[in-house]
Amino acid sequence: MAVTGLVLIGFLLMHMYGNLKMFLGEHSFDFYAEWLKGDILYPLIPHGWFIWLFRAFMLAAIALHMYSAVTLWARAKAANPQAYAAKKQLAQTYSARTMRWGGVILAGFLVFHLLQFTVKATLVKGTADLTPYKLVVAEFNVWWLVLAYGLWLVAVCMHVRHGVWSAFTTLGANTSPKARAVLNGCAWVVAILLYIGFMIMPVAVLTGVLH
Amino acid sequence: MNITLRVWRQANAQATGKMVTYQVKDVSPDMSFLEMLDLLNEDLTLKGEEPVAFDHDCREGICGMCGVVINGTAHGRGDSPVATTTCQLHMRSFSDGATIDVEPWRAGPFPVIKDLAVDRSAFDRIIQAGGFISANTGAAPDAHAAPVGKLKADRAFDAATCIGCGACVAACPNSSGMLFTAAKITHLAMLPQGQPERYSRIKTMIATHDAEGFGGCTNIGECSAVCPKEIPLDTISQLNRDLIASLFKKDGK
Repeated sequence: MAVTGLVLIGFLLMHMYGNLKMFLGEHSFDFYAEWLKGDILYPLIPHGWFIWLFRAFMLAAIALHMYSAVTLWARAKAANPQAYAAKKQLAQTYSARTMRWGGVILAGFLVFHLLQFTVKATLVKGTADLTPYKLVVAEFNVWWLVLAYGLWLVAVCMHVRHGVWSAFTTLGANTSPKARAVLNGCAWVVAILLYIGFMIMPVAVLTGVLH
Repeated sequence: MNITLRVWRQANAQATGKMVTYQVKDVSPDMSFLEMLDLLNEDLTLKGEEPVAFDHDCREGICGMCGVVINGTAHGRGDSPVATTTCQLHMRSFSDGATIDVEPWRAGPFPVIKDLAVDRSAFDRIIQAGGFISANTGAAPDAHAAPVGKLKADRAFDAATCIGCGACVAACPNSSGMLFTAAKITHLAMLPQGQPERYSRIKTMIATHDAEGFGGCTNIGECSAVCPKEIPLDTISQLNRDLIASLFKKDGK
């Protein structure tokens, strides 16, 4: 759970950095998009192989993450045969409480997101023959799409907020009350950074800063 | 004070239980929660009804025998900044005329025996799986023969204050017994006497914890928030550290 979670958070940070290349201009972004699919690790591996190896790696991380989650969920359910008539949580945060169903919901949106920008099967306004830059601009010119994207990212960042803290604790980094505060602080920083980093580009497109 | 109690009544392990409402009159604010239950039981006995079964022993907050969920929090700590056991909770913590829900610890590995009493022998089996040191008997060693650093000694003592009441499991949304297991792991891992079996103990205790049907830890922190002995959450990270280290140790097998 912890290791695959950190892999996915690492990917989100990279993805966010890549999205910000939109601000460097059309040429820069398109070149970056082309590079991702083309020359990475060439000639160590053949041209164009990296993207598929990377996709397989990400898919494995997601599958293992889901497998761990389902296992934990099933064990918790088996260990809770009878619910309390009254139960009050003292420490549980909203993001910790919504890790499981929240995870399912954000995975559902992930499928839509991949169909939209990777498979290009559910494009709202753009067409599949556009360059990456033009495609992103066309799609994020739809206000409700930016809104849905923003809501999805709230779910993602809440998941990340509990996830960062929880992953490091599982790996043994919560060594004292002070470490706990530091880890929780880091979790907030990563979650907020991701939200701002991901939202700044679609909002810039919608408001016409990027066109 | 007059109190309305909604208490879980269950005749035996097989029976289906339900919440039953009782009125308890003339409760002194200085009574402990258990004394208030005693008052209810005297009343029920006089009426010829079955008294409410609940576990208790020292009534000083040090034995770990008592423990019920009161208004949704284990031991009835509620929003109080002071950690407590049920026997050390006093009726002055409630207002006159209050309705109080009283339920047993609810977790699969802690089956209800009767009413509010649950079977916590799953904890005993976790301890039997390695929560001890195998020392040869003989003359007591000299007091300073095995020096322990102050920080480690403090950490060991803090973890060793666990009374095994089971509030951590009762409060955990996953019904995980990780804080209990981690307290014993940390207690013994900090001391020289605990070193020889350190990395085999962790595996056998975790295996027993899982086999008993406790859930997995997802680092929510409810356990530590209700713990009457304030066992810190960082003991669970110590447990995880030792578990990871044990994978690379020969003595972890």
